[in-house]
Amino acid sequence: MKRRDALAATASLSVGLGLLALVRPASATPAEMAAAINTFTGGAAPQTGKVTFDVAQLIDNGNAVPVTISVDGPPENVRAIAIFTERNPQTEVAIFTLSPRSGRAAVSTRIRLATSQRLMAVARMSDGSYWSHGVDVIVALAACIEGEAP
Amino acid sequence: MARALIHMPSNAKRGDVIEIRALIGHPMETGYRVGADGKLLARDIIRSFVCRYNGEQVFGAELHQAISANPYIAFFTVATESGTLEFDWQGDNGFAHAEKMSITVSAA
Amino acid sequence: MKLILALAMVTASALAADERRSGADFMSPATQAMQRDDAQNPAMLWISGGEAQWNTAAGSSGKTCASCHGDARTSMRGIAARFPAFHAGSAKTINLGQRINMCRERKQQAAPWRAESEELLGMEAYVAMQSRGMPVAPPQDQGTRASAARGRQLYVQRIGQLNLSCAQCHDQQSGKRLAASTIPQAHAAAYPIYRLEWQGMGSLQRRLRNCMSGVRAEVPAYGAQELVELEAWLAVRDEGMKMESPGVRP
Repeated sequence: MKRRDALAATASLSVGLGLLALVRPASATPAEMAAAINTFTGGAAPQTGKVTFDVAQLIDNGNAVPVTISVDGPPENVRAIAIFTERNPQTEVAIFTLSPRSGRAAVSTRIRLATSQRLMAVARMSDGSYWSHGVDVIVALAACIEGEAP
Repeated sequence: MARALIHMPSNAKRGDVIEIRALIGHPMETGYRVGADGKLLARDIIRSFVCRYNGEQVFGAELHQAISANPYIAFFTVATESGTLEFDWQGDNGFAHAEKMSITVSAA
Repeated sequence: MKLILALAMVTASALAADERRSGADFMSPATQAMQRDDAQNPAMLWISGGEAQWNTAAGSSGKTCASCHGDARTSMRGIAARFPAFHAGSAKTINLGQRINMCRERKQQAAPWRAESEELLGMEAYVAMQSRGMPVAPPQDQGTRASAARGRQLYVQRIGQLNLSCAQCHDQQSGKRLAASTIPQAHAAAYPIYRLEWQGMGSLQRRLRNCMSGVRAEVPAYGAQELVELEAWLAVRDEGMKMESPGVRP
């Protein structure tokens, strides 16, 4: 009942994540993403290249964003693929560990994005080098507040 | 709802690179959302996913909150011999789920 | 006569039959791929549960759905495409979920599943998937048509503090933007859907209630007859469009 009154007071279409997400935690920062990447690479600076971060530029809904990361060259040279975000509450998304039996250095998943931001994919190679690809994406939020979940 | 679906070929020729697509039902509660009662919903996520092919790990994943609910992971492995692929998900609150798939690998 | 009535109803709305576009057409290619590919579609998790339920004994009857209906791939083919439908015994139009619960109660002597429960959504999605690719084909009997006519009245009626009708957004403004989202035409042939916003599955009634809440209208309870009648109208409005269940929507 209280929520209905609050809605009545507002009386406008609001852009937002709905009343279930009243508290927005602080987001990560570019510096935090850089630090997380540094931890992954053990201090080595990743070079740009070899990695392709395939994601739509304009995203329907930040709750489930399909992504595919692939790495050029012989797949047995790719040890791991990591995904980072700049402005999610937490910058690390996932680290995928490949093996010489992988056959193809590509992985797909669906990730959450809290807002429009920069994403980075970093690949760890067997020779100790690191390669990366950064993309900028725009995240649309749902237009209508939905009320209580069933 | 720990239901999982694995899509992969049941037959392959030795040396084929096969794609494995794994989907599991799990809310992947981030720990940042607030419930209808105003209280923070505790984090409850799958933290790791491992694929073993006849006992040897061929793929692994360390997952964080930014992996979407009902996680989907697609990856590749080389069909080397007939046998069993095991898929293991583990996470918060003692969550553990395993699936097995058989593969028949014929000579190239 | 039936065709004339159906056509009259369709042309009475602002969308001509050949202008109709599924909500899937308004989605990004990545989201479309999520719906198209059964290996990626999260709804398949629910459907796998629904299939298991189909073969599980329920209630004091000890019967499974298969006990009467055999293989769903045959027996349920085309069924979802013909709901909502007037049920003479209850003297009202019912939707697929209500029909499933009716079977549970009357034939299996089992408790009905709660609206939006994992079990009901799983079974509804499993049954609806058996009509995938088939044209929406609402029944032409007097009872169903009368429900659809009442549903059409609801569809064009302004509601809520924002004083908006379904028709104003979905017939007149479809394709344009509401905040950053594109307004779809509100076709319902993909339900039940996995909605990215919900991070889960839901029924058409859940979506209708969300919209009503969005325009600050009083929201009818799940199973309210006016919601079923709106569903009946949407089926007439969708007549001939392809069933897509289980859909994925943003």
